[in-house]
Amino acid sequence: MTNLIATLDPASRAASRGWSDTTIRNVFVIPTVLFLIVFNVFPLLYSLGFSFTDFRASSKAPIHFVGFKNYIDTLADPVIWRTFSTTLWYVIVSVAGQFVVGFGLALLLNRPLPFKGLLTTLLMLPMMLSPVVVGLFWKLIYDPSWGILNYALGLGKMAWLTDAKLALYAVAITDIWMWSPFVMLLSLAGLSAVPKHLYEAASIDRAGKFYTFFRITLPLVAPILLIAVIFRTMEAFKTFDIAFVMTGQPAAELISSRLYKMAFQQWQTGPSSALAYIILIMVLCITNIYVKYLNKAKER
Amino acid sequence: MRMKGILAATGLILLSSTATYATELTILWAEWDPANYLQELVNDYQKETGVTVKVDTVPWPDFQTKAFTEFNSQGSAYDLVVGDSQWLGAASTGGHYVELTDFVKAHNLTETMAPATMKYYSEYPGGSGHYWSVPLEGDAVGWAYRKDWFEDPTEMANFKAKYGRDLAVPKTLKELVDIAEFFNRPDENRYGAAIYSQSSGDALMMGVENFIFAYGGSLGDFATYKVSGLLNSPASVEGLEDYKKLFGFGPPGWGNAFFAEVNTAIAQGQVAMGMNFFAFFPSLLNEATNPQAKNMGFFANPPGPRGDDFAALGGQGISLVSYSQNKDEAMKFLDWLVKDETQKKWAQLGGYTAAAAILKSDEFQNATPYNKAFYETMFKVRDFWALPEYAELLDEGQQGLYDYVVNGNGTAKETLDKLTTTWVDSLKTAGYAAE
Repeated sequence: MTNLIATLDPASRAASRGWSDTTIRNVFVIPTVLFLIVFNVFPLLYSLGFSFTDFRASSKAPIHFVGFKNYIDTLADPVIWRTFSTTLWYVIVSVAGQFVVGFGLALLLNRPLPFKGLLTTLLMLPMMLSPVVVGLFWKLIYDPSWGILNYALGLGKMAWLTDAKLALYAVAITDIWMWSPFVMLLSLAGLSAVPKHLYEAASIDRAGKFYTFFRITLPLVAPILLIAVIFRTMEAFKTFDIAFVMTGQPAAELISSRLYKMAFQQWQTGPSSALAYIILIMVLCITNIYVKYLNKAKER
Repeated sequence: MRMKGILAATGLILLSSTATYATELTILWAEWDPANYLQELVNDYQKETGVTVKVDTVPWPDFQTKAFTEFNSQGSAYDLVVGDSQWLGAASTGGHYVELTDFVKAHNLTETMAPATMKYYSEYPGGSGHYWSVPLEGDAVGWAYRKDWFEDPTEMANFKAKYGRDLAVPKTLKELVDIAEFFNRPDENRYGAAIYSQSSGDALMMGVENFIFAYGGSLGDFATYKVSGLLNSPASVEGLEDYKKLFGFGPPGWGNAFFAEVNTAIAQGQVAMGMNFFAFFPSLLNEATNPQAKNMGFFANPPGPRGDDFAALGGQGISLVSYSQNKDEAMKFLDWLVKDETQKKWAQLGGYTAAAAILKSDEFQNATPYNKAFYETMFKVRDFWALPEYAELLDEGQQGLYDYVVNGNGTAKETLDKLTTTWVDSLKTAGYAAE
């Protein structure tokens, strides 16, 4: 065999050996790193610089360094705090809902069921749709005059999307509908990985279903559930499209919508960069807390 | 030989692309019917001159963002833009628009165009004599109503018995509120009026402006930046109170409505009256989009209780983008656009010309059921702040008004007092001597 390779031309000899580390570095790693630097790291640092200035992208006025003024003003703005608390409540409701519905569906699908494959595929459809389409679709469902939800539940002319007390929950329900399948999918993967012999042993020991669930199923699925929760928390914190399309109710305004208005409608580039960094830091903090728990769960 | 062929082909491509580049203009506008009319109009220009003019459209919610992103990046993708009146401050002081004062004077546009359109679509700062656009699509807020409901003998008798006067097109906004109250019958899925209520964009502010202006109030003095005592004057407060009252006679869940929602409510036979920009009225006469088309009537925004007669301005002017590579060609296009015959064709196609002579002509006023109301409105319009910081003022206004009108928090006086303080603070922060 060695002799056969030796008879080939240099290019064919290299191909027969597979790509070298240098080639892989040149073809895959360097372009990726360059791409990340140009499109992620550079804009990140550039906007960090803007966050300390009074720059307005729509103006040609000279840019002044203002120190931490944008950060202080942003954190002192009651509208920002209102949108932060709204966002936090939205994240709690939405992620909790997705967790309950998604994990519940996974437990259901983890049993022998007829047409299980078809059912799983159908249940995953919502998360394959565009968020804007989902938002518009649910806007019709919620319509007080002709929406099917009020009709089906006999709720009269309930104004889901314009009522200050309901609008946020209406958006959260839509988000739960759309993203529960994601939690379901991950949970299903976790559930199917639980060794069957553990259940057999529990059965021999006459363990009840409740005990089996909390002592075997949940602890073993917990790490993957936490991963799902991390992803969904980060995404829920950044929710923009669904809420933007569905409601204009200020009481349901999320922090991403406020950021969009400041950055691209009012062109307050400096303050909006500061707000973006505050959001980034908050998401990082929340994620770190989750990761800490994830590591603990793995150790167990 | 093969190499020579490739070089020749490359040269030909470069030559043709250069030629195309010099004879093509691109206009940015929002995605709506008038943009289609404009494309139809400019096709004539192409026939006359050989210069291709393309109207590139962006959905309304993204229009401002798209335009200013282009301006901020100093992109030359667009030669002309049909921009909102509120953009004048930001676009002129930001250096994004080419000043057209000489063009305006050379074509005597201050005389030939409706005065309000030059004042609000073109001049910045107000009263300075500096012009930045040519009024293209005149527009303002007017009203559509159900003629069949208004002319129903039973309704007329019942109305007279209740209010002591004939049921007819309202002569004042107070009468309009009464009519809305009369027709508001939720049990019959029939409501009084569909008005602007959306908190994003400028919807709610546009709607409220009609009442504040016509009740004798004001958003402030645009020349001196005085807001206190004007925005929160008793007249403004009374106007806002009646706007909220009228909002209560709208369809259920009516807290997120702009032009599309208003036309939908009318088409579904839900409301007796609907507030909307004139540019959206053509679809109400189209039976394919409105089953009530035969029953539609239109009127201008009525005066307030003390006879003040104003309406909120919509519409746009066309401006030359500073970063265009085809400025000379674009100026030639504007020369063609302001010609009388072009403006006449523009009106015939469905565009709302701002040319005063055409607006005043019987031919224009009788062309559609709403043109007369449009003509009446275009000579009594007032607008929002056009400062570079208009978007902040608008957002603050929308948030404050929404909390009162839709969410029902506080009183009109508290709302306008609070908004006055907010606007004065914002104006001062931006460097204006506001009070």
